Parts: sequence; C-alpha cells; structure tokens
Amino acid sequence: MQNMAQKKQPPLIDYLLRLGDNALVLGQRHAQLCGKAPALEEELALMNVGLDLFGQARNWLGYVSELLAAELMASELVADKIDADHLAFRRDAQDFRNLLLVEQPNGDFADIMGRQFLFDAWHVHLLDGLTHASDPRIAEVAAKSLKEATYHLRRSSEWVIRLGDGTEESHTRMQRALDNLWQFTGELLQGDEIDQAMLEAGIAPDLETVATRWKATVEEVLEEATLERPSYDAWMYTGGKVGHHTEHLGFLLAEMQYLPRAYPDATVW
Amino acid sequence: MRPSGNHPSASSDDRLTDDWPSSDLIGSDRSGLPPAGDEGDVNAVLAVLQEVPDPEVPVVSVVELGIVRDITWLDGRLVVNVTPTYSGCPATEVIEQHIHEALVAAGYADPLIQRRLSPAWTTDWLTDAGRENLRAYGIAPPVGSASKRSLTGQSDPVVPCPLCGSNATERVSEFGSTACKALYRCRDCLEPFDYFKCL
Repeated sequence: MQNMAQKKQPPLIDYLLRLGDNALVLGQRHAQLCGKAPALEEELALMNVGLDLFGQARNWLGYVSELLAAELMASELVADKIDADHLAFRRDAQDFRNLLLVEQPNGDFADIMGRQFLFDAWHVHLLDGLTHASDPRIAEVAAKSLKEATYHLRRSSEWVIRLGDGTEESHTRMQRALDNLWQFTGELLQGDEIDQAMLEAGIAPDLETVATRWKATVEEVLEEATLERPSYDAWMYTGGKVGHHTEHLGFLLAEMQYLPRAYPDATVW
Repeated sequence: MRPSGNHPSASSDDRLTDDWPSSDLIGSDRSGLPPAGDEGDVNAVLAVLQEVPDPEVPVVSVVELGIVRDITWLDGRLVVNVTPTYSGCPATEVIEQHIHEALVAAGYADPLIQRRLSPAWTTDWLTDAGRENLRAYGIAPPVGSASKRSLTGQSDPVVPCPLCGSNATERVSEFGSTACKALYRCRDCLEPFDYFKCL
C-alpha cells in the first residue's frame, strides 16, 4: 500500500483512522500485558478492555477500508485487497493517526491505569458526541463503543482513586504516572483542520465541548483520588494525530505486525 | 421487524450529559423480539435458531440472548440480522457461522446472515428463559435494566449468589471470564461466580 502520509487524503479518512488507531494501539498495549498483569482478576479485565478496543478498531478501520476501496476504484487504480487487517498490519508508524497518549509504554500499574483513565475520560465524551454524527455508520459504531467506553471509564476511575487515595507508595506512583502522562494530553483537547472539517460536516462534536467535559471528569476523579492535577498550560507534546509519533509506536508495530508481514498471504495461522 | 426507533428520547437518568442524550446507550426496546412478515415462517426460523447455543455460554440460545434482531425474506432468500454483544466479542463470527449451518441443515437454501450494530445490544433483550438458564448454570443473570447508571456504577445492584441464593455478595472485578461478565464472590458460601452484567 502506498505511504498514505505522502498524499492528501479526505479528512473523513484521516478522522476515522484517528478513531480506529486509538483503539487499535491502546488495545495492543493491553495485549502486551497478557500473562503479566499483577493479579488474575486484573489480567481478565485488562484483556477484556483490550478486546473491546480491538472490536472498536475493527469497526472503524473496516469503514475506512470500504471508503478507500471505493476511492481507489473511482480513480481506476488497481487496488490491493484493503480491509481492516490490511490497515492494521501493513501501515507504518507515520501512517498511524493515534494520540501519543495511547502509545506510551505500559510501565507499572499506575502508568497503565493512568493512561487508561485519561483516555477513557476523553473517549466517552467524544463518542457521546459522535452518536449524533450525520453519517449513520459513524453514529452506530459510536453508540456501540460508547457503552463499552463508559464501563471502561468506571473501572479506570476506580483504580485511579484507589491508587491515589491508597498507600503512600501507591499515591506516589499514581502521581508520578499522572505527571509523566500529562504532557501527552494536549492533543486530546486541541483541534486542528481535520477536527474542524468534521465539525462542519456534522460528524464530530465541538472539541472544545469535549475538552470542557474531559476537564470536569478529570478534576472530579483526581480530587477524590487526592492527586494533584498538573497545569493545563503545561508544555505539551503533539503530533500523533498527523503521524508524528514518539519512538514507542515503532516498537509496538514491529511486534504487532511481524507475523502478517512475514507471511502476508497466510490464511491459516 | 426492527426494534423501534433509532433515536427515542431518553429519560433524564439515561442521559450521559444534558445536551447530548445518548439514546443508544440505553436499549430503547424492552420488548424482545417482535416478529413481522409472515408470522408462521418467522416462528419456524426462530424454532431453528432456538437450538443454536451461544458458544461461550452454551445454556443460552442465540434467541434467548436477544442477538437475533430481524428475520425477513429478500426475493425469497432468508435474511437474518444478528447483532454482536460487544464490539470485540470473539464469538461473533462463530455465532454467525453456526446460525448459517443450522438454517442450511433445516432446509433453508443459502440464508444470508447480516451483522447489524444499531440499535446496540442490551442485556434487556435477554429473555426470561435465558435468564433462568444462566442462573441454573451458575451465572448470575443481569439485575435490573441497563442504564447509564448501571454502566457508570452509580446504581450497583445486589447480585444474588446463583449457587446458594445469598444476597451477601461482592464484586471482585469489573470483568470476568468474558467481556459480558463481571467477577463476584459470595460471602456466605464463599464461592466465586460470574455475573452477566447489565449493558
């Protein structure tokens, strides 16, 4: 497949890739914890959250692949078979549009739950807005995902509170995780021309509204967790939404994509 | 025959936020499976599907689980619409395949099994028989109806132990052996059990 970063693609494709790649990359972070979680119950939960995210990724990327196939057909290019797997396993890091937050390494349990919480609190409010998208396909995938994300937020909030308002050690670690992850939250809240195009098309909610709700959720949970919220004005890393990633994504993709790239035509694993 | 309205008005409790009523978060349809078209034909198909078990919880059929959403005919070809429970449910393809096989075995030529996402599945569509089968199998069925409050944990129900009936139970983890379940334990008989949670 061509390097998609090199050519201008419709904003809808970019936007759907953001949604799908967020779910895919965070799901893969969960998959990496298989057999390594601190307790059996937490392992079950982490794997199930990851599975939900993979399902959401398949729904978003499946839609992208249909749109891409239609476009390639229209331009009379001979297209490889494009499906959700193709998008997941054959793109390179610069073609991924996920947030920097979700690609950050697993670290300790506070890092894992902190990353999940900061993402869930945003995901829920974004998906809620997307249930009103003018594109019915997007609205129905969002509605399905929203139920799952709401439950994820419940769990990650509980863990942030339990760790933050727990022992001295757990509090210290949760605060440290929050301080480290905070620098990746800027691009959750800051819109660009693609967000704007989707807002104007009646697809995406106003990111400022999502930001306001995200802040309210974060503030409420952090206060109960007795954690100190870093400043919203802190310096932020950005770039994930346009394909400029931290070094971590390449390693994640290398592991995730190795088998399908090594045996591209295999039908039985 | 599709469950009514895509965007019914949600009650205030069912809203995630005030100005974004998340109608699909809540199953708007509580009536299960209203048949349409030729009722006799639909019932014959339902009878076949009643024998198709969920692969992960084999005491419940796909009909009892409430995932068979629509049975119609398109130019003489049987079309069955099925909705997944969770986006990532690994049983989705297997269930669709089993439904296809059962219908072919029952004499329906080339049935078309379609996946439908909207309205999103809710445990409110579990039938009474399905709930009783779950309980007898050792899985506590959903308590109450699915709502935003049940998803966010604002109204955690008392889940009776499916083994001894005690109400002295506690949640161990939000997830159990599959995405659709949570892990509980009974403080009386001390047994752990799965709870089929509200969604």
